[in-house]
Amino acid sequence: MSDLKKIKDELLLKLKSKLNLPEVNQMKSDLFGKNGLVSSQFKKIGTIAETERKKFASELNVIKDELQDLINLKIKEIENEEIREKLQKEKIDITLPERPFVRGKIHPVSQTIDEISSIFSEIGFSVEEGPDVESEYNNFTALNTPENHPARDMHDTFYLDEKKERLLRTHTSPVQIRTMLKDKPPFKIIAPGRTYRSDSDQTHAPMFHQVEGLHIDKDINMGHLKGCLNYFIKEFFELDKIKMRFRPSHFPFTEPSAEVDIGYEMKDGKIVIGEGDQWLEILGCGMVHPNVLRNVKVDPIKFQGYAFGMGIDRLAMLKYGINDLRAFFDCDYRWLNHFGFDPLDVPTNYRGLSR
Amino acid sequence: MKITFDWLKDHLKTNLKEKNLLEQLTNVGLEVEGVQNLSPDKELFKVAKIIKTIKHPNADRLKVCDVDVGEKEFKKVVCGATNAVEGLITVYAPPGSIIPKTKTKLVVATIRGVTSYGMLCSESELNLSDESDGIIELSSGYKKIVGKSYFSKSKSNLIDLSITPNRPDCLGIRGIARDLAASGFGKLIDFKKKKIRSNNRHSLKVKIKKEKNQGCSIFGSCLITDVKNTESPQWLKDKLISIGQKPISAIVDITNYVMFDLNRPLHAYDADKIEKGIIVRNSKSGEKFTALDNKDYKLEDGMCVISDHKGVLGLGGIIGGTRSGTELDTKNILLESAYFKPGSIRTTAKKLNLDTDAKFRFERGIDPLSIEDGLNKAAILIKEICGGKISNIDVQKIEPHKTKIIEFDINLVEKVAGFKISTKEIFKILENLGFKFKKKKFFFELIVPSWRPDITQEIDIVEELVRISGYDKIRIIDPIKKRKKSTLNKSQKLFHFLQRSIASKGYLEAITWSFTDSNYNNYFRDTKKEVKIVNPISTELDVLRNSIFSNLIIYMNKNLDRGFKDLSIYEIGPTFNGSKPGEQNTVVCGLSSGKKSRLSWIEKERNVDVFDVKKDVVQTLIEAGYKSEEFFIDNKTPNYYHPGKSGRLFLKKDADLVAAYFGEIHPNITKKIDMKTESLVGFEIFLDNLKLPVKTLNDQKNKFNVSDYQKSERDFAFIINKDVNAQDLINAIASVDKNLISNIKVFDVYEGDNIPENQKSIAISVTIQSKEKTLNDNDLENINKLIIETVENKTGAKIRS
Repeated sequence: MSDLKKIKDELLLKLKSKLNLPEVNQMKSDLFGKNGLVSSQFKKIGTIAETERKKFASELNVIKDELQDLINLKIKEIENEEIREKLQKEKIDITLPERPFVRGKIHPVSQTIDEISSIFSEIGFSVEEGPDVESEYNNFTALNTPENHPARDMHDTFYLDEKKERLLRTHTSPVQIRTMLKDKPPFKIIAPGRTYRSDSDQTHAPMFHQVEGLHIDKDINMGHLKGCLNYFIKEFFELDKIKMRFRPSHFPFTEPSAEVDIGYEMKDGKIVIGEGDQWLEILGCGMVHPNVLRNVKVDPIKFQGYAFGMGIDRLAMLKYGINDLRAFFDCDYRWLNHFGFDPLDVPTNYRGLSR
Repeated sequence: MKITFDWLKDHLKTNLKEKNLLEQLTNVGLEVEGVQNLSPDKELFKVAKIIKTIKHPNADRLKVCDVDVGEKEFKKVVCGATNAVEGLITVYAPPGSIIPKTKTKLVVATIRGVTSYGMLCSESELNLSDESDGIIELSSGYKKIVGKSYFSKSKSNLIDLSITPNRPDCLGIRGIARDLAASGFGKLIDFKKKKIRSNNRHSLKVKIKKEKNQGCSIFGSCLITDVKNTESPQWLKDKLISIGQKPISAIVDITNYVMFDLNRPLHAYDADKIEKGIIVRNSKSGEKFTALDNKDYKLEDGMCVISDHKGVLGLGGIIGGTRSGTELDTKNILLESAYFKPGSIRTTAKKLNLDTDAKFRFERGIDPLSIEDGLNKAAILIKEICGGKISNIDVQKIEPHKTKIIEFDINLVEKVAGFKISTKEIFKILENLGFKFKKKKFFFELIVPSWRPDITQEIDIVEELVRISGYDKIRIIDPIKKRKKSTLNKSQKLFHFLQRSIASKGYLEAITWSFTDSNYNNYFRDTKKEVKIVNPISTELDVLRNSIFSNLIIYMNKNLDRGFKDLSIYEIGPTFNGSKPGEQNTVVCGLSSGKKSRLSWIEKERNVDVFDVKKDVVQTLIEAGYKSEEFFIDNKTPNYYHPGKSGRLFLKKDADLVAAYFGEIHPNITKKIDMKTESLVGFEIFLDNLKLPVKTLNDQKNKFNVSDYQKSERDFAFIINKDVNAQDLINAIASVDKNLISNIKVFDVYEGDNIPENQKSIAISVTIQSKEKTLNDNDLENINKLIIETVENKTGAKIRS
């Protein structure tokens, strides 16, 4: 048995010195290899007297396990040490910049259009479109604004021919005409899009965006109009309380007509929408004029309803605190970056408009 | 329309305050645009007389004036107006006063070395008019009140109303008062109408010629003889000044006063300058006259003119002429009160580009029954102020006035407004607005007041009732959250998808004008038709864009000038190919400049190139659901792309519509417009040319089918003529066995050493995998051979050994 003891003591002694992996592996094979010290002990079992044999074998097994454990432990230790050293060497300056990336953005007008569509989607409006170039008839005459009507002065129009028959639409209202001519009532649509007026100064751009709304059915009255806009304004500005005022006005294509103001106050030079005692005009609306319905072959005795139109750019300005309309179309990289939205920020009903 | 509460009170009995007034005006639809005190300290502005002027010692254009402001000593005022001459009576603002236009407080200032005590004012500086050319010139009558305040002591603020074009009646103070009274804000004062009682014969013959499209249907007039035109009395001056008008002379002031008070435009002629008589007729082409704005107008056929036997005196309802204008020495006047048709007025004024107060009123519609009231009121005032004898009133009429009658069912009110107004209330409102009514069996017959041209049908009556009752009575009916139809159609969904997909690839979305500079447009017009705007806002925005590139390049350049180098911008919007509605396409257009990974410590920087934009286009289309295996790409592109470094993409080989173009922008263009960037690449995706998915999302997913058998990758290198496309090789390989070849990847393209001239080497990795079994060496060897054979046969390539 002393052989075994000796082997163990020697191993313990060797393991104390600094070793590398090949050295330990060598020791392992010296012990457990074909002709290793331990293996040769096992070979001796047959030569041992029967009485001693069982005891010897069992002691040998214990020693073998012990030695194996010692070596494995050592191997683990060395491996850990190696990884530790590797990690030590591989340390980098993590404050160096990441690989370059670029971020795209969605224009605030596009974002606002998506917000508006999302809000109206929930109460059953669908989106309609019309061309930017319109006929004089669709843009004015069909909308109860015949030639020589002074209301035409409110629209400085871009024309595409000398006869003034083709023009850039001055509002999204011709989409009402197109929609009603194309289908049969009821109608429940919004129509966002580009609109044009030959007017250019600090607060006017020759191109801007409007969204038109139209709801025609058998019994739609001004209460529905008020309810719809009240809902929209609260949803859009994401406020529970917001003052709204309907004020009589005039548009040739609606009767009665109204302009809608919302309450605001100035705080530190910024407009705060909600409950202030100032009024801000945000849209025009009214009950679709029977003449318009007649023009699109809808019977005004059977059907009635409302229409509204609002400036998308202006809504975006109010909501996002943008004070210069011209900047929307100026394409300044810094501005687009600052006011733009991440493309993954899609306004939807279930996740809401804002993050 | 400018009004004051004081003037309103001439017609309205009320105890309410100005604050209530402003609210109520807005409530009935007469929008208050602004309220201004002409000046918070307007009594500071004094009538002054220039006593002496000398040239400013240090400035050629300035004068130093001694000004009498009613104090012991004259004030020294530096003034630049050319009309600042000795003896002129004008308005003086002392230091400390606030100039109404600029809202700045005046201080004693040294102007080029000379101290100026106050300022002489122009009409525009006092918000009296837009006249800023020179200082105010007051008539000699003001001599007596030099040193007195120019403005009256009235504390009534100037209220600026925005009157909608349907309400001409509210272009007169009385009309506004009527609306207010109907809404319960006070009571409309009823005047006993004073009538001219005269035995003097109207001796001037007036005739309206019966012609086609005669613009005048009624012409009323009277003669007032032996008048002494003078300055207006203070009350009248104050009245006009209070609404921002400048008094001129009694006769002019009185006609203006009646116009503002009753919305009844009048015109006064010097009767002695009228040759024989008045003829109202259509003009003949080429006729000329000098109008009161001192401009000469050349007329076209068919404009309604007031003429005498010598020629045109004025344009009816728009502007008078200098030949027959009244002056201070006018003795005999003809006072006109007529009805001109809105359409005629508007056509003429538009053709001549004329805008006057009278035109503004007539084109909206003047009360045709106010002719005599206007004449009576003005003539009596003229007689009171200027003396003279009034003749009888002569009214020429070629069409009878038709009273409008509307059949009105009161149930319509609730049907439209959603709330009830009691019958009693309905009739009270209508009566106060001037309607008369008769009850019939099922409806009421309403007689519309003559001053309301806007009211023609039942719905107009509903509007009146709801408006006067108050829009706050409309109750809110909450919308129902129910959707019967999808919000977006397929093409709208695709629009949204592409919009956000491109942005997610690092592009900033821009929105630029739909119009552009024709010079830039021509660079990108290719074979498209130019669409000109007849009346562009500027020459730089004179055509509708044929491509979005024109605008993107202009703005890209601006951003490069701002010092940005590596930019990616895009726009999704319309391009135009004709001037008819619908001749437009929706295009996603992107542009990238400069480098990728500029100044990166870790990545190698390089110019953006055609394969960047190709990636953006292809990836976007794949993300949008199109199958890249079917894409067909060639190099035929419009002339604004680099002919060798650009491509066009079809969704399928045999498709006839181009899905997208991409490539480098033609170097000629970047040179011509002086783009300072290392590289400029762009793309256009044509939304209208993309096939819309017919299936639902559910149907779009095929059965999930993958192979778990071992796959092998084999590399091939082919030598091939330079002008053969890599795509041809890929297609050839793919054609070998669609079931076994699951992926083909070009991993190297090489030209140069060891490769014959005009040839290139293309290295391709092919993944081979069966869905049925693990392929053995033999199978693989066969397929290898087949690939090489097919490629060599189909493309003329040679395998590189």
